[in-house]
Amino acid sequence: MRVIVNGEQREIASDSVAALLRELDYEGTHFAIALNYDVVPKSRWSETPLNAGDEIEIITPRQGG
Amino acid sequence: MSLSFYGREFSSRLLIGSALYPSPSIMQSAIRSSGAEIVTVSLRRESAGGKTGDSFWKLIRELDVTVLPNTAGCRTVREAVTTAKLARELFGTSWIKLEVIADNDTLQPDVVGLVEAATILIKDGFDVFPYCTEDLSVATSLVDAGCKVVMPWAAPIGSAKGIINRDALRLLRDRLPDITLVVDAGLGAPSHAAQALELGYDAVLLNTAIAKAKDPVAMASAFRLGVEAGRTAYEAGLMDARDFASPSTPVVGTPFWHAVS
Repeated sequence: MRVIVNGEQREIASDSVAALLRELDYEGTHFAIALNYDVVPKSRWSETPLNAGDEIEIITPRQGG
Repeated sequence: MSLSFYGREFSSRLLIGSALYPSPSIMQSAIRSSGAEIVTVSLRRESAGGKTGDSFWKLIRELDVTVLPNTAGCRTVREAVTTAKLARELFGTSWIKLEVIADNDTLQPDVVGLVEAATILIKDGFDVFPYCTEDLSVATSLVDAGCKVVMPWAAPIGSAKGIINRDALRLLRDRLPDITLVVDAGLGAPSHAAQALELGYDAVLLNTAIAKAKDPVAMASAFRLGVEAGRTAYEAGLMDARDFASPSTPVVGTPFWHAVS
């Protein structure tokens, strides 16, 4: 199904947030996830389903002022 | 008088950003040299497979500082509120430096959106550090929303112009005596930071002026001294300015003095 990951259209096979991170080869440990502007706590990544058209933001710490 | 942010005590009156340094090691050295105990960070999209966030986070953790995440770049209330919630999840802190930006060229805060976002976040348990203009009505609205800290700009972000509207900043200090006031953005020189502290501001937040100096580590030290000088002067009590000269050397007993006949 097609979803939007970090602003880009992607065709994915995953049906959960945790599966998506594996499918896209995310290897880091410090992420926060927003699904359609709602934060998904790490404890719920495995059980949170994805649907076609979802907007997923995968966010990490970065330099800031 | 101690410095308090949402019930937590700090001794350094310099808050520092983590961006724009020539290298990660210079960033670490400059932050240490500044004496800052609070460091701002941001949140950005991580590309697939990337570990950029991990490596940056390790550098910050090594500094043993308090982290203040920002919502830099957010243009809407919705973006800012979601970014704040992501920051709480990622950094495990209820602190958020709230930015809602209205204009790309001036990086002027959208003060209407700012008050709205602050209201939402405070109801959700956040401790909000709002980046705002020097406008008294905006600052008052933020305080009414529940902000215990207000952070007006001195000048546009990264402009290094120093305090443009001194009278307005002084008015904020006079009218909000119980609020922790931080001059955030636009400072270019340690003397600018000293001026903010001399006005009675509790602290300054700096990034570009240190990170873009030829020697950021030395400049961080200079700003630390500027902040200390300004605060010490404020506590010592500055004399009032006056329109005419007043001799410092005693007039009585001046040699060759003759009464005007």
